[in-house]
Amino acid sequence: MKRGFPNHPYIPNSVPEIEKEMLEFLGMESLEDLHKNVPDELKFKGEMDIPEAFGSEYELRRYVEELLDRDGDGKKYLNFLGAGCWQHYVPAICDEINSRGEFLTAYGGEPYNELGRFQSQFEYQSMVAELVGMDVVNVPAIDWAQAAATTCSMAQRKTGRKQIVLPEILDPQKRAIIENFGRATTEFVTVACTEDGQIDLEDLKRKVNKDTAGVYFENPSYLGVVETRGAEISRIAHEAGAESLVGVDPITLGVMAPPSEYGADIVCGELQPLGIHMNFGGGLAGFMATRDEEAYVNEYPSRLFGIAPTAQPGEYGFGDVAYDRTSFGHHRDGAKEYVGTQAALWGLTAGVYLATMGPAGMEEVGQTCMQNARYAVQKLNAIEGVKANSMGGLFFKEFVVDFNASGKTVEEINKILLSEGIFGGKNLSEEFPWLGQAALYCVTEIHTQRDIDRLVNVLARILA
Amino acid sequence: MKRIDRSSKVRTNFHQAKWDEPIIFELSTPGERGVSVPKAAPAVAAAVGDGVSDLPESLRRREKPALPEMSQNRVLRHYMRLSQMTLGADVNIEIGQGTCTMKYSPKVNEQLAKKICDMHPLQDADTAQGILQIYYETDQYMRQISGLDKFTFQPGGGSQAIFLMASMVRAYFESRGEERNEVITTLYSHPSDAAAPVVTGYKIVYLQPDPETGLPDPEAFKAVCTEKTAAFMVANPEDTGLYNGQIGELVKHAHSVGALCCYDQANGNAVLGVARAKEAGFDMCHFNLHKTFSSPHGCSGPACGATGVVEKLIPFLPVPAVEFDGKKYYLDESFADKKYGVSKVREFMGVAPVVLRAYCWIRMLGPNGLWQATKTAVLNNNYLFKRMMSIPGVSAYYEDGNNQRVEQCRYTMEQVTKDTGVTSGDVQRRMMDFGMHFWTSHHPYYLPEPITLEPTESPSKKDIDEYADTVAYIIRECYENPEVVKTAPHRSTIHQVDETWMDDPAGWAITWKIYNRKYND
Repeated sequence: MKRGFPNHPYIPNSVPEIEKEMLEFLGMESLEDLHKNVPDELKFKGEMDIPEAFGSEYELRRYVEELLDRDGDGKKYLNFLGAGCWQHYVPAICDEINSRGEFLTAYGGEPYNELGRFQSQFEYQSMVAELVGMDVVNVPAIDWAQAAATTCSMAQRKTGRKQIVLPEILDPQKRAIIENFGRATTEFVTVACTEDGQIDLEDLKRKVNKDTAGVYFENPSYLGVVETRGAEISRIAHEAGAESLVGVDPITLGVMAPPSEYGADIVCGELQPLGIHMNFGGGLAGFMATRDEEAYVNEYPSRLFGIAPTAQPGEYGFGDVAYDRTSFGHHRDGAKEYVGTQAALWGLTAGVYLATMGPAGMEEVGQTCMQNARYAVQKLNAIEGVKANSMGGLFFKEFVVDFNASGKTVEEINKILLSEGIFGGKNLSEEFPWLGQAALYCVTEIHTQRDIDRLVNVLARILA
Repeated sequence: MKRIDRSSKVRTNFHQAKWDEPIIFELSTPGERGVSVPKAAPAVAAAVGDGVSDLPESLRRREKPALPEMSQNRVLRHYMRLSQMTLGADVNIEIGQGTCTMKYSPKVNEQLAKKICDMHPLQDADTAQGILQIYYETDQYMRQISGLDKFTFQPGGGSQAIFLMASMVRAYFESRGEERNEVITTLYSHPSDAAAPVVTGYKIVYLQPDPETGLPDPEAFKAVCTEKTAAFMVANPEDTGLYNGQIGELVKHAHSVGALCCYDQANGNAVLGVARAKEAGFDMCHFNLHKTFSSPHGCSGPACGATGVVEKLIPFLPVPAVEFDGKKYYLDESFADKKYGVSKVREFMGVAPVVLRAYCWIRMLGPNGLWQATKTAVLNNNYLFKRMMSIPGVSAYYEDGNNQRVEQCRYTMEQVTKDTGVTSGDVQRRMMDFGMHFWTSHHPYYLPEPITLEPTESPSKKDIDEYADTVAYIIRECYENPEVVKTAPHRSTIHQVDETWMDDPAGWAITWKIYNRKYND
């Protein structure tokens, strides 16, 4: 017979006397009498080879802290990695709110017992709508890649057409996620990019036709390039009866025009820059946004919280808008995709961030990112054998650094940088072989002039 | 003074926090700031100018976003008030969210999870040995718990894990050149067991429950299981809390026609250390680390649907895998024949803090504690079941006095509704007047007037008694004073929501901007 774990601090009714009292209430003698519908041949009779429990919370803490203390992070190291997960400053208030047990441990209650969950998600939806210049925003999706995949599927369903045009320059993992998600209904066509990293309009005209459901592009792109011809791309899509689908980094939108101004029909993007720690990639959360038109709203698979009156004058209430779209509604396998647990806590956090930053803060953070990144490019370009922003396009916070003329590989350079306490940019040499030895660097408002100078000095020394 | 009478077990004097808090935009005062933002150093600005002038005029933001302008303390106060109007599991007796396994999320795990908050997913593996070891060892533990051969932690939730399983099914049959287009599931499995395979292109075949037992009839299963069947996607126990003892037979039959069997273990808290995917013959399974393994639900994510497979399906798992060469942990991007596998469903490595919390929880329980957690959860549920069934008007379908529930139960109060006209939706709202909650059911309601309860191992006997006493109190109210129940809540954050406009495109208001546009009189 297996042993249990009497008096476990997380399991109040493991107190033997209580356990016995409850068993007696049920006319049972032991815990073995439970699970009587599990037939003998399905019962697990072995022992799980899992370490015995730590004897105390203190021992767990000591063990895990010692394990994790060995790890580096963006505070112990000077970090220039971005590529889909970016280090921005997280105001203390964001952590304070998303650590509140009431929010942290809430889940599926109603607009009464969990009013704060509904209202904070409605407010997050509302603030992101202001930022991206749209009317409707969803309760967050899992990440930008999933939001982009759903954006493509929404366009496919809305138009009843089967092709989506994706740019040649796209995060390979995002492409894999989009293509795996949409395969059953969608054909993906690739549009070439020009040398400066923007969409090739001539190629786009060739790729767009009566089968095109939507054209997806990003601003800035995976390689950091700002797409300056968004209006033209949207016009080409619209003339073919297709949707303009724009992925965006929302931290840019204090200084950059929202995608609605260059013709976007569905906007998506990543919330992580908005007050959410990188969390080894666990801080990601995606959003979608559209105009308030039934044809768009009906294609969202996500929950959409709407404001509503209550029986008491003057009270704000909330509820699910068009609930039966979702797989929680009445149609199940006839629903729009599926819904489930995704990333709502990060939606709450993005709301706290946007309210804290306000319009002035969003403008300032955008400006500082652009200035610091430009300073880094200028200084890096003074190093012989290094070409920063090698694609030559307009950039915001990320840019490609070309090391081909340095005589060293990115792998070698990054190893040396690591030994100097620096996370160098993401190695692009395998994902984009045509770039040769190149890396994607990310510079944001967290980098001081000293940080950038330090990177430049180390690179100058090791490449000399 | 006289001794104060607190003999009542039911909190008739409860009132939830009610702040009457405005929408955040109404708190805006032009010029107020919530945080100061780092500026570029003067030398940086001198070298590059203002930066933003590089943007062409057409790409410059012309009008600032209409975000609220607020001082930091007002933002804080707003969200603190909203948090007080949110009864998370830390605050209430969390028994009512059946199928969701709302268990205690230990605080030490929260503090430990913060240690990895500034890690970048692409940083050199040499600087991430601690977290990679945790991934690796959690995989080993999940193998022990399920009997399967390898796990990925990439899916960011249970439904995405189901989607991954369906994607791997598709990849598997493509690799074999077989065309199969149907997935069989049961009516009482989670809706995503039907909805997610549809996204991968499958047609869904539902198995109806037997009206007596509530379980699918094996003969009916055999009738729909054909060479067109790609997979059997099923929860066990199902959302009724019934464990299907014939599952092994069904799996065996599905295998005999060449189908794969996928086990939705969102309800896995029922069987830790008791029954495993392996012994029942499943090819894949998923567990929700944010339910069964204690990571908090976070208002609905971030989360992790840990997905495991048998040996022959390992090549179909997404990349990267965390491996150990005897000295170091490393990311293996190359193990799969990606001609047919699923390379990614979520970016990077999934939600690392959730994996870390699950690891900590397992290490605080050990194998005996995992078994104890399941046994106590099932004991708690059967104790609650007996208490609930003694409430006049409350009953459960598929109850022959012999068919024991495991970790949860979907009750029905249809008799109460017949007698009084009060629905389970009304009682649900009335529960909030006592600081409690329950969930009815997914839609459509296959069982009338449902109440789905799952106590888990976390509440004490006193907690369960208080919960059952409160349900009994309200059911009595249904007969004695039905109006008070129908018009509830009265002591919650707000009163009954008028949902008239929720399905009306001209009337719904999904953002503050749209509310102001549609209702500007």
